[in-house]
Amino acid sequence: MQEIMLERAAALLQDGTVNRVFGWQTGTFVYDITPSVFRSADELGHGFVYNDFCGNNLSKYLVRESKKEGKAAVFLKPCDTYSFNQLIKEHRILRGNVYVIGVPCSGKADIEKIKATGISGVTGITSDDENFAVDTIYGSQMVEKNEVLLERCKSCKSKKHVVYDELIGQEGEVQDAGRFDMVEKLEKMTSEERYAFWRGELSRCIRCNACRNVCPACTCEKCVFDNDDSGVAAKASADTFEENMYHIIRAFHVAGRCTDCGECSRVCPQNIPLHLLNRKGIRDINEYFGEFQAGEDSETLSPLTEFTKEDVEPGIVNTKGGM
Amino acid sequence: MQKLSLTRLSELFEIIAADRLLYLPVDNSAGQAQYKKWESGVAMSQALNTVRSAKDFFFPQTENIVDFKMAGKNIELFDSRSELENFVIFGVRACDARSFPILDKVFLAEPVDTFYQSRREHGTIITLSCTRPEETCFCSVFGIDPGNPEGDISSWIEDGEIYFEAITKKGTVMLESFRSILEGADEGAVKVQQMRTKEIMAKLPYGSLDLSGFNEDELLEKFNSPKWADLSQSCLGCGTCTFICPTCQCYDICDFDTGHEVKRFRCWDSCMYSDFTKMAHGNPRITQTEKFRQRFMHKLIYFPANNNGEYGCVGCGRCLAKCPVSMNIAKVARALGDE
Amino acid sequence: MQINEKNEFTPNIVAFCCNWCSYAGADLAGNNRLNYPADVKIIRVPCSCRVNPMFILRAFQKGADGVIICGCHPGDCHYTTGNYYARRRLTMLFSMLDFLGIDRGRTRVEWVSAAEGAKFAATMNDFVETVTNLGENKRLGDLRCRK
Repeated sequence: MQEIMLERAAALLQDGTVNRVFGWQTGTFVYDITPSVFRSADELGHGFVYNDFCGNNLSKYLVRESKKEGKAAVFLKPCDTYSFNQLIKEHRILRGNVYVIGVPCSGKADIEKIKATGISGVTGITSDDENFAVDTIYGSQMVEKNEVLLERCKSCKSKKHVVYDELIGQEGEVQDAGRFDMVEKLEKMTSEERYAFWRGELSRCIRCNACRNVCPACTCEKCVFDNDDSGVAAKASADTFEENMYHIIRAFHVAGRCTDCGECSRVCPQNIPLHLLNRKGIRDINEYFGEFQAGEDSETLSPLTEFTKEDVEPGIVNTKGGM
Repeated sequence: MQKLSLTRLSELFEIIAADRLLYLPVDNSAGQAQYKKWESGVAMSQALNTVRSAKDFFFPQTENIVDFKMAGKNIELFDSRSELENFVIFGVRACDARSFPILDKVFLAEPVDTFYQSRREHGTIITLSCTRPEETCFCSVFGIDPGNPEGDISSWIEDGEIYFEAITKKGTVMLESFRSILEGADEGAVKVQQMRTKEIMAKLPYGSLDLSGFNEDELLEKFNSPKWADLSQSCLGCGTCTFICPTCQCYDICDFDTGHEVKRFRCWDSCMYSDFTKMAHGNPRITQTEKFRQRFMHKLIYFPANNNGEYGCVGCGRCLAKCPVSMNIAKVARALGDE
Repeated sequence: MQINEKNEFTPNIVAFCCNWCSYAGADLAGNNRLNYPADVKIIRVPCSCRVNPMFILRAFQKGADGVIICGCHPGDCHYTTGNYYARRRLTMLFSMLDFLGIDRGRTRVEWVSAAEGAKFAATMNDFVETVTNLGENKRLGDLRCRK
């Protein structure tokens, strides 16, 4: 797959269709991937990679990059294409300046989960369809791929790209993901249990803002948390209220626009399951306002910018789930 | 040197915790290690290192400085500090242990930061050697020996025993307080461990990082290098690296209106943030490239230039593990060192 | 938190009332001398749609124990469609707060028209009673803002 992608990227650069290609760059350890721009076949040859650790969603970089001179090519996994569509819908990306190449994905791995099995001192990783063979300073070990997938990949919603100029490989299918399972489990808990769960998770938040900065839905030029006039600007959460507040506000700001790409949870250095808050938003919209997934197309308005005269009353919340 | 059977470690913790607060790395529900207060039954984590560094104890993320109350046109000031309790941090690794002298150079230089100073005085550090360094470790590049950590008391775990050696006067006093349960020991087992660790360090991918090009003379050349644009290209400006870094020390001072008083507090800031260095006329660091460059120039060139060649990095590898786009000081040093 | 002369807890309630219907309804309740507790602090907004979820969070932060949003009946919004959007937005917000474990009874939406002075008073009495039973807001309060 990597070779085919390299070839296509080089060809597109060669024939002048695009003047740069956005892809993933290899690192020192195989699993440390950096999103990068490649301007020549030479640069592609030196660093381009597409492996089981290329979890990064490249669509957000195009907000800045599609405004620059010339057309750019970008490789997007199925989940990334949802974000791309959503950004087109919000007029953040100039569609005409981007050439989208859809690439298949069988789920990306989480190096932390690999290390949680006791592996450390990684010097190399090779893989076949089922397993990773990990070489380390302390010996070699095998891990089953399915056991170490990123949390979001375990409940993948679709392997079908929703937008592309060109597709490499076979088109995938929409999945029956079970992506609301954990949300439903939390909903069934009592209010106290839920509060305890979220306090346990959010008390670890260090306000690094990685979730916000990686999120394709968070593209505000001036974020409300950086704006002294908003009243909620803060560089650190000084107490439990501010810890909660940051995440409630962010989840609310992306509600109806979240494409469930899962990047927020992947980048959190404290392993807080942020995707649960956003999935709760998606589930609520599905239940109360009709099935909707942001990013499926680039036209449909978000349910929060629409209404019907027969909408549910907010009191309906009191009838749901665990008390 | 003194030793204690590992099975009796909780006895040791009880003695220490009897008259002061004891903190040690503990596994949390997300499978990571973090410093927590010891209570009976709490087990020390086996992880190589915590996600958040030990700087939190001396330079907490938020710290109240002073409170103001308005009465008409008069402002009354209140010192909101409470008396600190003595505390001990157990299980600090060599990299984090080196970060304290680095932070001291900043906070204990004139004018002395009394908040930091008070915490340093109340804290005792018991370090623990590393036996299974990760591929993300490169402390040896900065002259740190993971087999011989600094601190007030150093400790080594080998073959079911834990060995202790007091380094500073504070450590000697601390060691006396629990000498009763220790036995005398020779250094044999510790030396064996140190040799083993040195061999492992030699195999690490970043163990041979060459920092010779990073000095005052090469400052302008490094500053003007065209490589910064590509290196910073994917940086999200999130600030994760600065917050988990044991040596990053920038902070902002903010006021919070509680409704009945104003609390002035300081909190961690990040040079990666959009408003860092922002002044009345604007921000001289216009794009992320300049901010990115500033961080690494500071750690590798400006700080050592002002501090007798001591680098502002301890090679703990946290930024290698946690950066969302896997960009870090080791990659930067390698890319720029090639010139 | 407030303690009245009888040493009982009385809650701090913030009521966002839209100018055209519910605020007028509150005035009518006053004109008719219909009693409702003085703990209710009314903030007048042009339309229920003006209420930003951040206002509600801020109210809780600064010491409110309960927040209620009152607006025109759906279909009768002075600006035609404002309360429809507010209805969707507040459903999402209340659901999210509930998901984080904040007590359900602390938030409410009530549609009160300018002619419904009695309904306004009854709603406020009921809401204050509910929140009094729930007690002080500890889960979504800011300790620094407590006296």
